[in-house]
Amino acid sequence: MCFVLKAINYVLQYALKKPYGVLYKKKNITRPFEDQTSLEFFSKKSDCSLFMFGSHNKKRPNNLVIGRMYDYHVLDMIEVGIEKFVSLKDIKNSKCPEGTKPMLIFAGDDFDVTEDYRRLKNLLIDFFRGPTVSNVRLAGLEYVLHFTALNGKIYFRSYKLLLKKSGCRTPRIELEEMGPSMDLVLRRTHLASDDLYKLSMKMPKALKPKKKKNVSHDTFGTTYGRIHMQKQDLSKLQTRKMKGLKKRPAERKAEDQEKKSKRIKKD
Amino acid sequence: MEGQSVEELLAKAERDEAEKLQRITVHKELELEFDLGNLLASDRNPPTGLRHAGPTQEAELRALARDNTQLLINQLWQLPTDRVEEALVARLPEPTTRLPREKPVPRPRPLTRWQQFARLKGIRPKKKTNLVWDEGSGQWRRRWGYQRARDDTKEWLIEVPGNADPMEDQFAKRIQAKKERVAKNELNRLRNLARAHKRQLPSAAGLHPTGHQSKEELGRAVQVAKVSTASVGRFQERLPKEKAPRVSGKKRKFQPLFGDFAAEKKSQLEMLRIMNSKKPQLDVTRATNKQMREEDQEEAAKRRKMSQKGKRKGGRQGPGGKRKGGPPSQGGTRKGGPPSQGGTRKGGPPSQGGKRKGGLGGKMNSGRPGLSGKRKGGQHQGGKRRK
Repeated sequence: MCFVLKAINYVLQYALKKPYGVLYKKKNITRPFEDQTSLEFFSKKSDCSLFMFGSHNKKRPNNLVIGRMYDYHVLDMIEVGIEKFVSLKDIKNSKCPEGTKPMLIFAGDDFDVTEDYRRLKNLLIDFFRGPTVSNVRLAGLEYVLHFTALNGKIYFRSYKLLLKKSGCRTPRIELEEMGPSMDLVLRRTHLASDDLYKLSMKMPKALKPKKKKNVSHDTFGTTYGRIHMQKQDLSKLQTRKMKGLKKRPAERKAEDQEKKSKRIKKD
Repeated sequence: MEGQSVEELLAKAERDEAEKLQRITVHKELELEFDLGNLLASDRNPPTGLRHAGPTQEAELRALARDNTQLLINQLWQLPTDRVEEALVARLPEPTTRLPREKPVPRPRPLTRWQQFARLKGIRPKKKTNLVWDEGSGQWRRRWGYQRARDDTKEWLIEVPGNADPMEDQFAKRIQAKKERVAKNELNRLRNLARAHKRQLPSAAGLHPTGHQSKEELGRAVQVAKVSTASVGRFQERLPKEKAPRVSGKKRKFQPLFGDFAAEKKSQLEMLRIMNSKKPQLDVTRATNKQMREEDQEEAAKRRKMSQKGKRKGGRQGPGGKRKGGPPSQGGTRKGGPPSQGGTRKGGPPSQGGKRKGGLGGKMNSGRPGLSGKRKGGQHQGGKRRK
């Protein structure tokens, strides 16, 4: 869920998040990076944790602040500038129904290099992924959001999926540019401190994956299991019978006599 | 000859397969990372082809996107599928990307009495059907709730049992029993809730008049009844010879006059040290309370000014017209005042938001960002409201 403020960029984001978004249009909202109380107030009122705030001034033209909240307090905020923008209306073709779960693709090694980019990737996933579902209709996968990090810019493109016949079961993909496309430049960031971030990541015990006891994994991918057995009487152990090693009756007698003599000696 | 043709056929088949697969295979240096639960793919390959910005950039971006999407689709098509109403549906695995939560983890609640009992006895909830067959109406009805299957209060004919009073209203009796059951259930629910929030349950033992109460029980009942008024018993009249009620509350504890000499010496020296020190000692609690009170007063003054201005536009009144309230009294009656702006840090300025929607537009947040820092510090160190 998200809410969007200010008229300047409302079309594209709102359309992307349509059934789950709330739009607030109000001029003279305070600056998110200085004072976060009004944002938190809105988040509490509309019970939303994701927000997008657009503004435009001489110093920061076409500014967009994407952020998320934890417990109605700001967790992360990232400010990006929009350099090139093509809206849904400018590209004239058929669109996919609103509310479809999009596929997300992040390209470029920049997304793992700096902490800023990593958080941005995490934030964008959180923002655009839609509701979590357990099943998805394969024919209903229509929408792809593609983020490319290149030369300090992030290219955001949305495509409509066309499934073409290929010889085998998996179809061949053709893309048609459909939705909004933007070139973003990273400006300021306000990331949560490490411990707040850790606190927000805490999962309740029920959701944590259950650890299996006595099972360990190797670095090579081998799974090791440990079996605990009771104490065995090794003399009663059934082993392979090697006929050559069988004791002959003469030897057996000799052994018995030795044992007897040992016992007498002890006593 | 035939062998050759067989070989040729096989080779041709292989080539065909390769061609088909070629349509969907994509070559990448580094494998992509997939999180199918989120329909997510991450490509770590540096996008070298796009380094030079030019007119073909869009096409190149699109080609890159197509390749990545093809790989993702290949992965998705390999998931186990079901057929649901003529649609092919893939079962997605759990999402692996760790994302922060929206709200904090809920605290574990204490078990209710029934849950404790069930746990002891090993009782498990039995799976029940939603609908039950109702003979009377001849249809399937829900098990409980509106128009339930076996509703004994809705019977049109009740036989009077042999041992019952013939003048008794059996229908009213059933309705009364139902009400009692509902009330009992509600009481238990509230008790469980109170236990969960660890609040004290007001005990109603011995307060219902039975006719067989002892003097002490009656006395206790009278006390409780006296205090159960809006003013907590302050203005209740007393009988001519009745004694004033004992004040129950926190008892002040005083240290003994002489005893622990070391502690006394220490406290006296500490006091002298504080009195002699050049630096002023900051009592954070008092400072924050003072700050909060000042801000409340400012806000109240502002609100009064606004209402003044509004009223002035309507009907001419002097500048001092609405000064009835004057400066609000300190301490005293401010116990239940409106929550100040940042003081609780929970929901911004609700009263402002509510009143200012139509008329004044403009600032939502009358912005005292500078002070919020101090407020935050004070708040965490325990700014309890003291009079």
